[in-house]
Amino acid sequence: MIAFTELYVFVLAAFVGYQVITRVPPLLHTPLMSATNAISGISLVGSLVAAGAHETPVSTILGFIAVTSATINVVGGFLITDRMLKMFKRVPKPPTP
Amino acid sequence: MPVRDIFIEATYLAASVMFILGLRSLTRPEFARRGMQQAAIGMVLAIVGTLVKHEIVEYQWIVAGLALGTLIGYPLGMFVPMTAMPQRIAISHMFGAVAATLVGVATYYNSGGVLGHGEMTALGFEVMFGSLTITGSLMATLKLAELMPGRPITFRGQNAVNLTLFAVTFGIFIYLIARPDQTMFFYGMIAMGLVIGMSMVLPIGGADMPVVVSLLNSYAGLASAATGFAIGNNVLIIAGALDGASGFLLSVLMSKAMNRSFSNVLFGAFGSVVKSTRTLATGQSYTPVSAEDAALRLAYAGRVIIVPGYGMAVAQSQHVVRELAELIEHRGGDVKYAIHPVAGRMPGHMNVLLAEADVPYDRLYDMEQINGEFDKTDVVLVIGANDVVNPAARTDPGSPIYGMPILNVDRARSVIVMKRSMNPGFAGIENELFYDPKTSMLFGDAKASLTKLVSEVKNV
Repeated sequence: MIAFTELYVFVLAAFVGYQVITRVPPLLHTPLMSATNAISGISLVGSLVAAGAHETPVSTILGFIAVTSATINVVGGFLITDRMLKMFKRVPKPPTP
Repeated sequence: MPVRDIFIEATYLAASVMFILGLRSLTRPEFARRGMQQAAIGMVLAIVGTLVKHEIVEYQWIVAGLALGTLIGYPLGMFVPMTAMPQRIAISHMFGAVAATLVGVATYYNSGGVLGHGEMTALGFEVMFGSLTITGSLMATLKLAELMPGRPITFRGQNAVNLTLFAVTFGIFIYLIARPDQTMFFYGMIAMGLVIGMSMVLPIGGADMPVVVSLLNSYAGLASAATGFAIGNNVLIIAGALDGASGFLLSVLMSKAMNRSFSNVLFGAFGSVVKSTRTLATGQSYTPVSAEDAALRLAYAGRVIIVPGYGMAVAQSQHVVRELAELIEHRGGDVKYAIHPVAGRMPGHMNVLLAEADVPYDRLYDMEQINGEFDKTDVVLVIGANDVVNPAARTDPGSPIYGMPILNVDRARSVIVMKRSMNPGFAGIENELFYDPKTSMLFGDAKASLTKLVSEVKNV
């Protein structure tokens, strides 16, 4: 039996996501993608438990690879998003005489 | 509830809120950077919260994984050039999917197949979305990085094969929900997922990549959300849902910008068989122009619109473009950039490249914003764009791109098209715009031509 609370959380989060993301201008669609990528690195919370729970050697190794992959997304994702967003600048205002 | 658990849940809640606020900050370029930095803090909080969980008894593998991931992630974040962004994003979908799939496998392996039907459903979604995203993203990355031919790879009966694969996998999934202890079926389903990911992306050509990359983004998110269901973790469900919604929305927008349905992108193999009912009269002539003449026209133009396409990215010429635009502005001309939603190989690709070249973002205009302005424009400079400016999308019902919204470049007073040669573009569709009497063709490598234009405009 799937816990229905979790289904509520999923549906509401997807709804909020949809509402927020429709308002992101096409200008920032690439940073949006890299941002959601970085955020999806949250699968670390599952990977860390698998790597550290010491259940079976198999799950520890799988957990280690999962931690590595998720960390790549977290570190690389946030850095590259920041690098991109840093580049977006307005027309400099002409200095008032 | 012990204090430790309250702390853990508090970090997850804080992280969820910061993620949503971070994404919301992307609606305004001036707030985006700070918002995403806050989201990164949310991520750190969630990691710290997880590390104090009582299930975690040893740390050596965790530390090793975090260290190795940082070692690989840092250069992927700091040193990948903006032109390589599409393949960079595609490969990160793969990493996300690897993490989700392996956590799913570990959970299943430890359970020994003793699972409730609900848990099995969540795990099934997790490894299915995960595995097809792994190979799908890998294929997309190889195609985008041109380590593999970018054209669609097709064979007879491909759609039938793909549909059969889907049906068989779905059957296995249903059986597994009924009988979670059937280990072989679990691993069989992962193998099928890997095959589906590959066969799904192989027939898709380069120009359709924006849709595929967005779709894989969505799948990677859904795999994360399913992980959250499987291990009962809300922050995973929320982050996965955000990711899934974002990818879904982007793929819908991209499909719309090409006037094509999802299924058409996935099963259509655009570019493999292209037949227009109306072929251009052979011997129709076009007007070549020298860089000197083109420069003169640009130098004396009052209103100029630049239309960048994938060709600009390939030639890495965005910096020279900006230099040219500044020269024209310096002479009193007005320069705007018109960005088609599917210009380039991923959503927003052109905006990032131009921003990198220090083009202010208020000079970049979306299709709807700028389409009304072409008839007031003296010169439109098309740099390596083709299908997105093809009037056949409006006029020729037999054309494969008929109905696709395009930039109305043909309504400008004059057009200069920069192109390597008269070869039709990626999709292999002839473009009448090139034969229009008011269009001049400037042949050659985009960067070399632009550099020439810059020095000629300086001399005017």
